[in-house]
Amino acid sequence: MTAETDGAALRLDRVCRRFSAGGREIAAVEEVSAVVAQGGITGLIGADGAGKTTLMRLIAGLLRPDRGAIEVLGIDVRRDPLAVQGRIGYMPQRFGLYEELTVRENLDLYADLHGVAPAARAARYAGLMAMTGLEPFTARRAGRLSGGMKQKLGLACTLVQPPRLLLLDEPTVGVDPVSRRELWEIIDRLTTDEGVTVLFSTAYLDEAARCRDVLLLHEGRLLAQGKPARFTAPMAGRTFRVAAPESGRRRLQARLAAAPGVIDTVIEGRFVRVVSEAAPWTPPPGIEAVAVAPRFEDGFVDELLRLRGGAATPSATSPAPPTPPPEPAKTVIAVERLTRRFGDFTAVDAVSFEVRRGEIFGLLGANGAGKSTTFRMLCGLLPASGGRLDVAGYDLRRARAAARGRIGYMAQKFSLYGDLTVAQNLAFFASAYGLRGGRRAARIGWALAEFGLGGMREAAARDLALGYRQRLALAAALMHAPDILFLDEPTSGVDPLARREFWRRIGALAEDGVTVLVTTHFMEEAEYCDRLVIMAQGRILAEGTPGEIRAGAADAARPDPTMEDAFVAVIGAASGAVAAETVA
Amino acid sequence: MNGAAWRRVRGLMRKEAVQIWRDPSALAIAFLLPAILLWLFGYGVTLDARRVPLGIVVERPGALAASFTAGFDRSRYFAPHRYLSGRDAEQAMAAGKVSGIVWLRADFGRQARTARGAPVGVVIDGVDANTARLVEGYVQQVWAGWVAAAAARQGERDALPLDIRPRVRFNPSVNSRHYLIPGLIALIMTLTGALLTALVIAREWERGTMEALMVTPVTLRDILVAKLVPYFALGMGGMFGSVGIAVFLFGVPLRGSMLVLSFCAALFMLAALGMGLLISTVARNQFVAGQLALITTFLPAFILSGFVFDLHSTPGFVQAISHVVAARYFIAILQSVFLAGDVWAVILPNAAALALLAAIFLALARALSRKRLD
Repeated sequence: MTAETDGAALRLDRVCRRFSAGGREIAAVEEVSAVVAQGGITGLIGADGAGKTTLMRLIAGLLRPDRGAIEVLGIDVRRDPLAVQGRIGYMPQRFGLYEELTVRENLDLYADLHGVAPAARAARYAGLMAMTGLEPFTARRAGRLSGGMKQKLGLACTLVQPPRLLLLDEPTVGVDPVSRRELWEIIDRLTTDEGVTVLFSTAYLDEAARCRDVLLLHEGRLLAQGKPARFTAPMAGRTFRVAAPESGRRRLQARLAAAPGVIDTVIEGRFVRVVSEAAPWTPPPGIEAVAVAPRFEDGFVDELLRLRGGAATPSATSPAPPTPPPEPAKTVIAVERLTRRFGDFTAVDAVSFEVRRGEIFGLLGANGAGKSTTFRMLCGLLPASGGRLDVAGYDLRRARAAARGRIGYMAQKFSLYGDLTVAQNLAFFASAYGLRGGRRAARIGWALAEFGLGGMREAAARDLALGYRQRLALAAALMHAPDILFLDEPTSGVDPLARREFWRRIGALAEDGVTVLVTTHFMEEAEYCDRLVIMAQGRILAEGTPGEIRAGAADAARPDPTMEDAFVAVIGAASGAVAAETVA
Repeated sequence: MNGAAWRRVRGLMRKEAVQIWRDPSALAIAFLLPAILLWLFGYGVTLDARRVPLGIVVERPGALAASFTAGFDRSRYFAPHRYLSGRDAEQAMAAGKVSGIVWLRADFGRQARTARGAPVGVVIDGVDANTARLVEGYVQQVWAGWVAAAAARQGERDALPLDIRPRVRFNPSVNSRHYLIPGLIALIMTLTGALLTALVIAREWERGTMEALMVTPVTLRDILVAKLVPYFALGMGGMFGSVGIAVFLFGVPLRGSMLVLSFCAALFMLAALGMGLLISTVARNQFVAGQLALITTFLPAFILSGFVFDLHSTPGFVQAISHVVAARYFIAILQSVFLAGDVWAVILPNAAALALLAAIFLALARALSRKRLD
C-alpha cells in the first residue's frame, strides 16, 4: 500500500494491444501513455472503435497488453491483477447485474465478493440507496428496473466496498437525459465526498466539460490529453453563431461552409454555428456573426482536422439525380393514432404526426421509447396493431410492396455484407431494388463517386473504418433514388467529422426533395431536423421545430435552453409517474 | 479456504441457488430433460422384435410344412406373409416389405424323414444388422420349438440330433428395456451434467455478468467451486429422479444397493459437470455451449460407450478414444447394479476410472480457465 501514496491513480506507459480478426491485425490500443492523478473525474473520450473499452479492460486486468506497462494505484496490473481488482470498481457496458436477483440480493452478492463485513453493510447500503434513489425498489428484481435504474444499481454494486479507482465504461450510452444527469450528479458527489478517482469513458463529447482531465482517443491512439480548457482555449475567438430563418438554415450553412477561413459549420436550431481557422474572422458581407463560447467538440474537430488536413464541411455536390423543384407542404407520410402492442405491452400508443416532402423529421427518445417500433411500422417491416399509416400515398396496411419501392432504409449498425467488397455490396443492393443494366451501372458509378468510395471499391466492407461503412450503408439505401429515406440511429458512435459529413449529405438530399425520417438519442442531432417529436414510453410528448421545442422549455432561469434541457423538461412535465420513478 | 474466500463462495452459491429457483431453465435441464428423454427413449427404443414381417414360401404344401409354418403364425414375434415362389418373396424383401424369408423346398416333407434332415432356407435382410440378428435368433427358436414338439409327439426324444435349451442370464424375461434403461440414464445424465455447467457459465458471458464478476477479489477457484456445488446437487436430483422413473415407471429391477449406485453416480456427475466446465472455457454463448455439449458428451456416449455398438469390432484408435467417455464406465456400473447386483469386479474398476476422469476434467477446466477475457 505504500506505493499508492505517490499520487498517481493510474500510469499507462506505451501500452499496445492488438487483436487479430479474420487474418488481419487490428491495433485497438496503440502506444498510449498517460498518468491519471488521484481524485476527480478523468474522461476517456472517443468515437466507437477508438479503443476506450479495450483500454478499460486492460486497466481492469481483464486483458493483457502486448507491450507496455500499466500501473494501477502503484500495482503492476500484469503482475498482480487480483490485488488491483480488489481495490477498484468496474462497471462494464452492460452493468453486470443478475436480472433474477433483487436489488438487495445484487448488493449482497457484491458485498460478499468484496469482503464487506456484515456489520458495515446496513450503513453502506443505506448510503448507496439514498444516493441512487433506489430505496423504494430494494425488493424488486433487477430485470424489472428501468434502464436508468439498472445503471444506478450497477454503479451501487461497484461501490459496496468504496473503491480507490472507479472505472465506468460508457455508462451514459442509450440512457435518457434525465437519468444521465442524475448519474453525473452521483459521480460528482462520489469524487467530492468520498475522494474516489473516476475514469469515465464516453462517446458524448459534451460530457468532456464535466471532467477534470480528458484523454482523447482516436483510432487506438491518444490524440490529446489535458484539462477540458486545454481543448477550448485554442478555440477562443474562433466560434460564432449566425442567425438564420428556420427554412433556409441549410442553404446558409452551405454558404458559410464555403466562406474563406471557415473550418466547421453546424446547424443549431435557429442558428448556424461557425468555427473559423484563426482568431480574427470576418464574416462574409451581409452576414452578422455573434461570438459564442467555444466547446470541447470544437477543439476535438480542430485536432482531427489538423490530423487529416482540410475543412470539416466541404461544400456539397448534389447527391441525388436532379428532381423537379419541391412542391411545398405536400404531405408524404401521414400517421394517425398508430398503435403497436406486444402482448399486453403497448410499445407505441396512438401516435399521430405528418411529414412533408423534403423535410428532415426526427424521432427523439431514450432506448425503449418506441422509436424503432414506430420506424419498423413505417417501413412496412412490422404490422400495426391499430391506426392509419400512409406512406408516399400508399396505405401500408394494403400496399406494402409498392410503398417499399419508394423507401430507402438504413438500419442501425449499417446492415452491410462484411465479406463482400464495396462494389459488390452496391451491386447487390442495386439488384435488390430491381435496377438492371445501364441504370444499375450508372447508379453504382454515382455512389462510388459521390461518397468518395472509388478508391476502396475492392475493399471488404468489414475492413472499412466506421465512417466509411456509414457512407456505404447510406449509398446502398440510396441506390434506387428513393423519395423517402429512413435512418435508424444513423450516426451513433461515429466521430464528429464523419457525423458532420453525414448530415451535410442528408441536408443536400432534403434540399433535393427527399423526405428524411431519423431516429436518434443524440440530443445535438435533433438540431439538424426541421421538425421533430419527443417520444417516451410509446407516446409523443412534444412536437415542433427544434426552436419551438427549446422555446417551450425556456424560463427565467434558463432563457436559452439546450435540446437536452428541453427534453428533460418535457419528460418531467409529461408524467409525474415517470418523474417519480427516475428522479426519486 | 479462509473466511473471506468462504464468504465469496457462499455468496456466489446463494446467488446460483436464487437463479436456479427463479429462472426455471436450470431446473428444466436437471429434471424435465431427463424425464422426457427417458420416457421417450424408454418407450420408443426397444431391441425386442415384435411382429416382424416375415415372408414364408412353401413350395409344396403338406402336413409337415403346415405344422412347421404354424409355429410362425403363433409366434408374437412375426407377422407372416405367404408367397407362392421364392422370387416373389425376394422381391418383397428388396422392397422392404419383409425382413426375412423362410423357404421350404418342394422336398421338405420327404427330406425331413431322412437322417440328413430337411434343409430350411432362411434369407434375412442384413441391412439392419440388429434386426437381422434378432430375426435369425427367433427363427431358430421357432424351429427348435417345432422340432421339440414333433419329437415329443412321436416319443422319439432320445433320437433327436439336437437339444436346444436357451437360457438367458441377468435379464430372465428377455426384456431389452431392462437392459436399455440403465444405459439410457447414463447417456442422458452425461448430457444433463455437461449442459448444466456449460450453459450457466455461457449465460454469464452473454449477459456480461462474468466480466463484472472478474473485476472483484473473487478467484477462479471460488467461481468454479460455486458453479460445481449447486449444480452437483441439482444433477444428483435429476439422477435420482431418473432412477425413480426406471424403477417405478418401467419396472426395471434394482438388484444392487442404492448406496453403491449413489456413490458411483456422484463420481459420474462430477465427471459430467467437469466436462461442462471444460466446455465453458471455450464457449462464450449458450448456443455454442449447447452444441459442444451435445457433440462432446451425448454423441460419443451413444456411439463409443459400447452401449449400442459393439466396441470389440472397432479399430484400435476408436477403442482408445472410448476410454475417455465417462458414460462407458457408468453404463457398465448401472447395468450391473440394476440387473445383477453389487458385482464388485465390475463396479470397482469402473468407479476408479470415473474418479480418474472426473479428476482429469476438473483439473483441466481449472488449468484452462483464465480470469481474463483473452
